[in-house]
Amino acid sequence: MERVTTLAAAVRAPLSTERRYVAAGTFVVIGLINIVVFGMLAHAGDAGFKLSQQGSGVQIPTIRVPAASVCYVLGAAAIALGIARATMPFSRLGKRLAIASALLCFLLSLLCWADAGQIPLNLINLGQNTIVQSIPLILGALAGLLCERSGVINIAIEGQLLFGAFTAAIVASAFGGLWIGLVAGSLAGGLVGLVLAVLAITFLMDQIVLGVVLNVLALGMTNYLYDRLMSQNPNYNTGAAFGAIKIPGLAEIPVIGPIFFDSNIFLYITYAALIAIQVALFHSRWGLRVRAVGEHPAAADTVGIRVLRIRYRNVILGGLIAGIGGAFLTIGSVGIFNQDISSGFGYIALAALIFGRWTPLGSLAAALLFGFCLELALVLPTVNPVLPAPIMDMAPYVATIVAVAGLVGKVRAPKADGQPYVKS
Amino acid sequence: MSDVPVDPSPAGPDPALAAAEPVPATTVATEPGQPSETPGPAGSRVRLTGEVIIQAITQGSSTVVTILAIFLALVVGGVLIVFSDPVVSRAWSSFFTVPGYTLSQTWDAVSFAYSQMFEGAILNPSTVSAAFHGGSVAAIFYPLSSTCAQATPLILTGLSVAIAFRAGLFNIGAAGQWVGGAVVATWLGFGVSLPPVIHVIVCVVGGFVGGAVIGWFVGLLKARTGAHEVIVTIMLNYVMYDLLQYLLSHQTMLQAPHQNNEIAPSVANSANLAHVGGPPPQVGVGFLIAVAAALAVAWLLSRTTTGFQFRTVGASPSAARTAGINVERSWIVVMLLAGGLAGLSAATVIQGTNTQLTFNSYGTYGPDGITVALLGRAKPVGVVLAGLLFGALHVGGTYVEAATLGQVPAPIVQVLEGLIVLFVAAPALIRAVFRLRATRGTGMAAVAKGWNG
Repeated sequence: MERVTTLAAAVRAPLSTERRYVAAGTFVVIGLINIVVFGMLAHAGDAGFKLSQQGSGVQIPTIRVPAASVCYVLGAAAIALGIARATMPFSRLGKRLAIASALLCFLLSLLCWADAGQIPLNLINLGQNTIVQSIPLILGALAGLLCERSGVINIAIEGQLLFGAFTAAIVASAFGGLWIGLVAGSLAGGLVGLVLAVLAITFLMDQIVLGVVLNVLALGMTNYLYDRLMSQNPNYNTGAAFGAIKIPGLAEIPVIGPIFFDSNIFLYITYAALIAIQVALFHSRWGLRVRAVGEHPAAADTVGIRVLRIRYRNVILGGLIAGIGGAFLTIGSVGIFNQDISSGFGYIALAALIFGRWTPLGSLAAALLFGFCLELALVLPTVNPVLPAPIMDMAPYVATIVAVAGLVGKVRAPKADGQPYVKS
Repeated sequence: MSDVPVDPSPAGPDPALAAAEPVPATTVATEPGQPSETPGPAGSRVRLTGEVIIQAITQGSSTVVTILAIFLALVVGGVLIVFSDPVVSRAWSSFFTVPGYTLSQTWDAVSFAYSQMFEGAILNPSTVSAAFHGGSVAAIFYPLSSTCAQATPLILTGLSVAIAFRAGLFNIGAAGQWVGGAVVATWLGFGVSLPPVIHVIVCVVGGFVGGAVIGWFVGLLKARTGAHEVIVTIMLNYVMYDLLQYLLSHQTMLQAPHQNNEIAPSVANSANLAHVGGPPPQVGVGFLIAVAAALAVAWLLSRTTTGFQFRTVGASPSAARTAGINVERSWIVVMLLAGGLAGLSAATVIQGTNTQLTFNSYGTYGPDGITVALLGRAKPVGVVLAGLLFGALHVGGTYVEAATLGQVPAPIVQVLEGLIVLFVAAPALIRAVFRLRATRGTGMAAVAKGWNG
């Protein structure tokens, strides 16, 4: 037995010993970028940040900071963090907080650099739109989480979002009701989930192949039906969308209120789904069973857990949640359905799920980071027209690669993820 | 019965594939009264007797499953055509009063769409009769030629995804690697002046290198830091799209002079790949490059130590590491090759079909490469056949949309492609639908692996 463990350690060795120095090195690199790129190249002048929207009750004065100096300070902080990471032992929580702080330093420096000498940037709008960008990512990642925690790989998040978006738009337009559109969108995602479940669990199909194929099918179907129905008949694509709901009291809190409590129903559904899944997965009998099935289905079966039933239920439930995320893309934001409206959100949600290590809160953090970067790419060119827009668009993806390669490294999926279970 | 395994694997049978593939010997052995010496995986002398053929049909050999899968996909696609055709769906509402009329309307709509698709992609009978009355003989081959031309980049991105699959990596990044190759090939194509043949070679090699660098980077990150290739390739796709947009929107970079659009200068004539039939929609030297690449990949995977290492790493990285194979090196090399193949795909497009790189040039070659690789079961010969099928569908889709005046939009072929791969990958489903006897088998060879690799 001892021999086996030493062998296992030897097999795993190359990644675990390097990790500490790779992470530390990445922190230092982030710090140097803050200082050299953002600090030294920042235009002279202050960066301004507004913390309240026009017309809201409480007005907070605009914050002005000297851009270059802030970049230097943040850069020094990131380098200090890197040195600490290399020389001191960090707890699990400490490591994650260190990653979050380093990324925060990077993003704040980026903001200061972009806004130096320009009109102030409204952080409240930035926050609101970050949430808007993140909702489909969070719901998609939660859908993937439910599937993968029970041992079924879900690459079809993209297809579930797309089909949900299409169905929600066409049903809401045809029946003139947004709520029925929301339900229909969710059911459409669930339908894709059902197909995934039947083919993956009962017909033992390769789950990665299946996911990719379902995405192709959803894209083909929606493109075909769009050409056939929507583009010829605008009544099927009216563009109606949910309005914002202010939570009384909470929405009045400065800064936090407008960002977190002044959005449409989808944000509140997202909160509910997130809390429900986090609590249920780690603090309920159902969650324990799901995790057991995802890690070791044979053992779960031995103690009387119905493996296939749990997998079916989770995959369909995941589809329903992704369908809501899809509905958000049409009736929750722009209203109009366009071909390939999900445009890779499902794959980014998948990346958020992996980045977040298959946990609800981790996925949430990753999805918010991606959402923030997507929003930043839209906002920065308008703040500072000197910057070439495509290069700014690149930033979130580069940041993700840096984060995944430098900070997170190898992740471990649920052990039975992707393996069909056949009772022997 | 052409169920002879495509991959001879002289370096030892690939355990993961051998375990999952529906090998005829095992299905046959379960039948009573069968000679026990029926050929195994290495058997190449399968006699084409009637008995064998009937057995193949009733038990669903992989060829029969593929044919039935295509048939079933066409049926489901037909339902979609009927469902979305207002004339036919109105006819169905009066099905119980005039069933004959309903059925004939249905048959007309579906058969017209599919026959148009066939005429556009394979053979148009009217060109044959025209040839007999003094028309052009070359016109007969025009559809097939277009199909091969369309298939060329698909085969190459398909090979890119397939070779990564064989080493256990999921390359979603063929699109980004395509862009890398396209940028280098374009730049060499208009920025350098060289004599004709040498220019072509330099550009093609440049395309390979441009894609290979992107792929190598993914492999390097995976090997050095453990970063998951799925995330890195997805993100690199977006990075490359943005880079392409940047390069194409600046005069100092790749934008053509006096242009406001995102378009690069034309590749010089000396760098163009020669064409066999006629102007660009027809097949050219690019197709030969694709076939040669497929042969090279087949040789690499089955006859070289590197290929054996790829397959071993794909089957089990920890076992490969214990056996002394440098797993990290295999990841880096296989991603480099995968990127290079995607870059070659770009070179065949930029130097062959449309000589100006635009922001939309990358099209859907990357995602299509995944489906082509899956349909081809991650084997070079399979990828070529799958690429040809998809090329035919693309050509047919464009043709049918024009022929039906938009009544059957081109995305119908996306649906067909998805359905075909779906049914091929789920032989158990096909067997259940067609009541074939053997319901055994876990489906398609395990080309793709889970996250824990």
